[in-house]
This record gives sequence, structure tokens and C-alpha cells, in this order.
Amino acid sequence: MTSWGYSISRPRSIDIDRNDMSYSKELLREYPELQTCIACGNCTAACTAANFTSFSLRKVHTLVRRGEYQGMAEELEKCMLCGKCRLACPRGINTRQIVLTIKKHLANRSR
Amino acid sequence: MTGRVIIIGGGVAGMQTAITLDELGFKPVLIEKEESLGGKLCRWDRLFPTMTPAHEVLDDLRNRLGSTSTEVHTATTVSGIEEEGRGVTLTDGRHLEAEAVVVASGFDIFPAERKEEYGYGLYDNVYTTVDVERMFREGGVRMANGQTPKTVAFLHCVGSRDEKVNQRHCSRVCCITGVKQAIEVKQQIPDAEIFSFYMDMRMFGPGYEELYRQAQQQYNIHFIRGRISEASPTIDHRIHIKAEDTLIGRPLRMSVDMLILAVGMQAGASNEAFSQNRHIELYPSGFLRPLNQFAGNVRSSSPRLFYAGTVTAPKNIGESINEGIAAAYQVARTLNSKRP
Amino acid sequence: MKISWKEYQKDIADDHYYYARSCIRQNFFPGSEAAFLHILGNDLGRDILDDARHTSCTGIGYHSDIVPLDTIMTVVARQFALMTEAGYENFVSSCITSFGIYSEALEMWHEFPEQEEKAHEYLYKATGREFKKPKNLAHTSDIIFHHRHQIAAQAKHKLINVQTGEPLKVVDHIGCHYAKIFPKVGVGGSEFPYVLSGMVEAWGGECIDYPERRHCCGFGFRNYLVQANRGCPVANSKKKLESMAPYKPDFIVANCPGCTMFLDRWQYAISEMEGTLYGQDGHGIPVLTYEEMAGLVLGYDPWDLGMQLHQVAVEPLLDKMGIEYDPGAKYLGKNGKFIGKPEDSLIGCYTK
Repeated sequence: MTSWGYSISRPRSIDIDRNDMSYSKELLREYPELQTCIACGNCTAACTAANFTSFSLRKVHTLVRRGEYQGMAEELEKCMLCGKCRLACPRGINTRQIVLTIKKHLANRSR
Repeated sequence: MTGRVIIIGGGVAGMQTAITLDELGFKPVLIEKEESLGGKLCRWDRLFPTMTPAHEVLDDLRNRLGSTSTEVHTATTVSGIEEEGRGVTLTDGRHLEAEAVVVASGFDIFPAERKEEYGYGLYDNVYTTVDVERMFREGGVRMANGQTPKTVAFLHCVGSRDEKVNQRHCSRVCCITGVKQAIEVKQQIPDAEIFSFYMDMRMFGPGYEELYRQAQQQYNIHFIRGRISEASPTIDHRIHIKAEDTLIGRPLRMSVDMLILAVGMQAGASNEAFSQNRHIELYPSGFLRPLNQFAGNVRSSSPRLFYAGTVTAPKNIGESINEGIAAAYQVARTLNSKRP
Repeated sequence: MKISWKEYQKDIADDHYYYARSCIRQNFFPGSEAAFLHILGNDLGRDILDDARHTSCTGIGYHSDIVPLDTIMTVVARQFALMTEAGYENFVSSCITSFGIYSEALEMWHEFPEQEEKAHEYLYKATGREFKKPKNLAHTSDIIFHHRHQIAAQAKHKLINVQTGEPLKVVDHIGCHYAKIFPKVGVGGSEFPYVLSGMVEAWGGECIDYPERRHCCGFGFRNYLVQANRGCPVANSKKKLESMAPYKPDFIVANCPGCTMFLDRWQYAISEMEGTLYGQDGHGIPVLTYEEMAGLVLGYDPWDLGMQLHQVAVEPLLDKMGIEYDPGAKYLGKNGKFIGKPEDSLIGCYTK
């Protein structure tokens, strides 16, 4: 194959048609309240890890809900499990449990 | 002193104005351009947030109106309003006299084909929220081929908050309409996946936020923050849509069986003609500007010209009916003060 | 399509055109401009002036931040002055970028008359010339569109597969600066431009409505000029090719010099880089200019139209249309002299 010093950029769209939505569906069956997230950012504002890393639980669970799993387990490793986000969430989402659940599933998935 | 008061528009606001004016001892003359009374509500199936059948509200208004002495002119269109509110001119050239005029001519539904990029009227299975109400009244949501859709996308703010189609205002009720219809589609087709593309969710009324939350948690409607930039047909006759998931910050694309456009409320086409009257002022949006937004919502700068309902701004049913009552009381106050 | 987009028809002058060429088309699709002049002058009997004195509109420089506004405005003013001096009022541009530039200048002068004053002043100081704005500004594809029924009446070939009798499936690609900057100046507006699909329909073909139909080819200007940056431009063309491929198009017709070049040349680049071909039976999808399409319909020789300079071999399309051609003459120039032949590649060679 020929090379001219550039490569063809890969699409960065979230493609719902192509993504494997099975775990997204499973997660929402287990925690339907996750859909009630109104993206207020209170979890990240309160987050111990987010103050010093790029961690955003809101972004992670939104990506997982859209079927984008790659790199998410690593992201969730940044969570210190302090539980402050759960206190802060105005929709009453059990955010700490969500972190544990997604982490566990994605770890099994990669195995 | 004839006590005749002309009400332009036989929707919910106009009907309620007539009912209250009759109670207060006046002679309402109700002019409606369509064949029958009821306005846009005639096209609706169930009402947010209580899922009350629209006909219950309409039947009640019609029954109460029926027991009044209101003179009803249907299939009649007003072309102009006399300067001091002493009558109206009809498109057939006739002139009707009165002691006051209440403008309750409502709004127009935003024509979705003006947002060309969504292909309404071009592609099968692109519908508006108005079409969906008709489908519900006719037994449920169906695609052009008669089958039920498995994936449905709603798009909010079509013809609202959009200066490209000269509709800068928020139409208010479309958010909750979209939520209500998403739930109804899910109730009809429980295994359907429903995606709602929104910019902001404006749940301004009692019970609206609660219904939104129900849509999220109980009905598993996927709310994605981002406006669809365009819709196009796929090779298997589905609708391909592009948006940005703005909460993630990445473009998002998918194909759906049906795209439903939550169309907004635009100013009534007749407002322009009414504004020939020097007392009738237009907002930049084309809706009529009342005397003031606080204590003068149903009044104009003329003591004999009044407003009720969505002719001045997007409103829900309850607000429109309340304005009918308010306008009737303002009419009574003016005319009673002029009685000998 | 359930609705026709009649309401967006623009006024296109019927005769007496002042012609402004494109800088890059004469290299990439060298037969197209000659074919346009020949079709207008000979087949349609129209008066068109091909004026040797006019220059590049400098649009590429403008869009790459090299040429400033005052300069390009003065260049535009000079082209209009040449038109005025020659006694013409209808300006026809052979390039979408230029068409966008001329439209932008006219719109800007309309909104900011002091800018037009400046243009008059600059031009007079620099050249002693004076200009009048054209009465009618059109793109060359608008002119072909305008005459599409006359061309259909003189057609030697239709856009029909002679073997199956089926209409050819055509992808039309418009080019951003035709109607995305000023939707009112394009036939059909910005979302559903009708300029090319109108020709295709008039000549018997069928346009494909595929998901990425309205997507940009990725050309840009500065984005593509630097080789190392070409990953994103080529990815946009690839996205379109992937989206259209399932519809099995017989050819692509493009409106804009950059798009025509991109959609044709990138098929070669992608085939070399990734081994992918988007056409049928081991071929690419031929990419035509609208003049080449019109020329084939009117019975012009494909090699006279310059189609041997395409990267994607056009012979499969010629065969489908039942056009006779001499394979041995493909690489012979006008004077019969051998013009050289590209090296063998996946996409460029044609063997039956």
C-alpha cells in the first residue's frame, strides 16, 4: 500500500447504528434512573478526582449509554469512590453504585 | 347600547370569551374562519400533562357555549378591524358592528417544510407533532407502509428559537408535547427505542417536569442534547439523522424508522392585516403586543380592542382559557363604564 | 421526491455571455471548458465571449488568507470592467469558488455601498478602468441547466443503460460555494440544489438520494494545500463514497472544480492506500463534469472531451451508454501525438 505522508482520518462520530447497544440496554434496565440525568454537572463539581484529572462521571455514563465503551473502564479507575457525587445528585441517582457496576461489567467484557 | 361584542376566532380562548361575556350580560358574536368551532384543539388527541382527551375540553366549551345567546358565524373570515373597535370587515365585504372587539385568532402551526433539511413532505416517515396527534386519533402511529416503527426520533424546536426561519421565540408548549407524544408512542409500541433530540427542556407548567422525568425513568426515552442538522433517506427507506451529542462533544449519527418534528407556534397570518389598525401593534415575532405584559395582557391601546389567547404569544390551553375570562371582564369594565 | 423545488428557480440569462474561466479546471479536466464554449456556440447557437485578458479570481488565495479582501474585490472589479468594455452584461463563471467570490462581492457591495465605491476607486487608480455590475451572474452549470431541454432535443445518447434500458443511476454533487453561502443564487436553493439533477432528469438518468448527498467533499482550501493535513479532506470524500456505494451509481457528476478533482483523484488515493474500490466489477465510480456529461449526451468524442485525463477509468460508463470510442486513441493528443500514459494502477486501467 502506498503512503504519501498522511493517513485517512477515522470518523469520530458516535454511530448508534453500528455501536453495540447491548450493555447500554442492560445498564438502563438495571438503573433506569440513569436516564433522568439532566447534565447539571453537580457530580463533577463535587468530585474529588475531577479536580485533578479529566474524570467526568456524566460524560462516562453518557458515552456508555450511547454504546461507546472503549477506554471507559480506565476512566472509571480515576474515581476514588468517596460518594460525594451521590450526595450531590439532584435526581437521586446512585452514582457511586453506577461507577462500580459499569467498572465491573467492562472489566468482565474485556476479559 | 347594543351590548354586541365581536370575538375573532372560535378556538378555546374565543369560546371562553363568548361564554363569560354572555354570563356578564353581553351579546357575543363569535366569528370563526373554519367550518366548526374549536380551533387547533380539534386536531389534538390527548392533552399534556394529564392525558385528558382533547374532546372533553372541547365538548365542555361547546356545551356551555351552546346554552348562551352567542351569535356564531363559522366559515367567516375577518379582513380588518375598525379603528376604534366598533366593528369588523369580513373578506366578503360585509361589515359587522359592535361595541368592542376581542381578537382571539390564535396562532399558526409552523410549516415544517420550511426547514428543508429535515425533508418534511419529501421523505416518507418524516412527520410533525400535529400529524402524530392525527395518527393517535386514527388508532396509532404507523409508518407510510402501515407498519409500526421500531426506532423513532423526536426533534424539538422545529420553527422555534431559529432565526433562519425568522422564529426567534420559544413556542413553550412543544417541549411538553414532545415528551407526551414520546410516552404515547412507547405506550403503543413498548419495544420501540425512542430518541428525543432537544436543546433545552422547558417544563414550565404544573406536572410537566414530573412527566419529563417519567418519560426518562419509566419509559426509557433517550434524551440527547443537540439539534439534528439534517435528515436524509437511507437505501432501505429509513431516515438518517446527524446531530451532535453536545454533552459528550462528539457528532452522533443514526438511522430511524420515523422522525417526528416538534413544530412550534408562529404568529397568525392574519395578524399582519389586523395591524393595519393603529391600535394593534406587533412584536418582532409577529404576535400582537398587548398594552403591557403585567396588568394589561388582554388589552390594546384602544379601550374597545382586546386580546385573548395565543394571538399575543404561545400559550397552553389553560392559559388561553383564562385569558378568555380576563378579556371578557375587561370588556365588561369598559362597556359598563360607558353605559348611561 | 414528492415536491419539486420550482420556487427556487433563479433568473438565468438566455444569450450573450461573458465567460470567466477557472484556474484549475484547465489542468484537471482540460476538455470541459472547450466543450462548454463549443456547446454554447455551435450546438445552441449562443453568443459567448472567451476573453483572453481576464485573470484568475484569486479565490484560492483569498480562502487561504493570502489575498486580502481589497485585492480580490479589485480583481473582481477588473473582470467586470472587461465585461463592460466588451459590451456584455451577463457574466458566467466556470468555477464554483469564483461564482461564490463574485456573488460575495455583489452581495457585499449591495450591503456596504462604500465598499463598492472603494472597488471603483482602486480599479481606476490601478488600471484606469471603470466597471458596471453584471445584470445577470450565473455559473456555467446554470447555463447548461437553462438549456437542458434544447440539449435533450439534440441528444445522440441518453443517460440510459443501453444493455438494460434502465436509467443510469447518477450521484450529483453540488459544491459548497454554489448555494451554501447564498442559497438564493443556486437553482433549487441550498438543501436540494436542482442544477445538476435537473440535467440528469432531462437527459434520461436518475439521481440517487443517499445519506451524505449534501456533505462537503472535504476540499476546503488551506486544509488541503498542505500535504500532511490531507487526512481530514480525504476522509470527507471517503465518507461520501462509502455512503453512495451501496446504491451502485453509474457515475458521479460534480459542479465544482475542486469537488470533481477530489472525488476522482481520491478514489485513486484510497485505492492505493487501502485497496478499496467503490464502483462495480473492480472499477471506480467515474466522475464527470457537467460539460462532459452534456458532451457525451450530444455525441462528442470522449477523448475530445478530455476524459482520458480522469484518474478513474470512464470506459465502463461509455460502454453502458453505448458510446463508440477508439481505445487506441485514448492517449493520443489532438494532433495524433502520444501524450504519455499513466502507470498501471488499480483504478486507472481498463481491461474488458
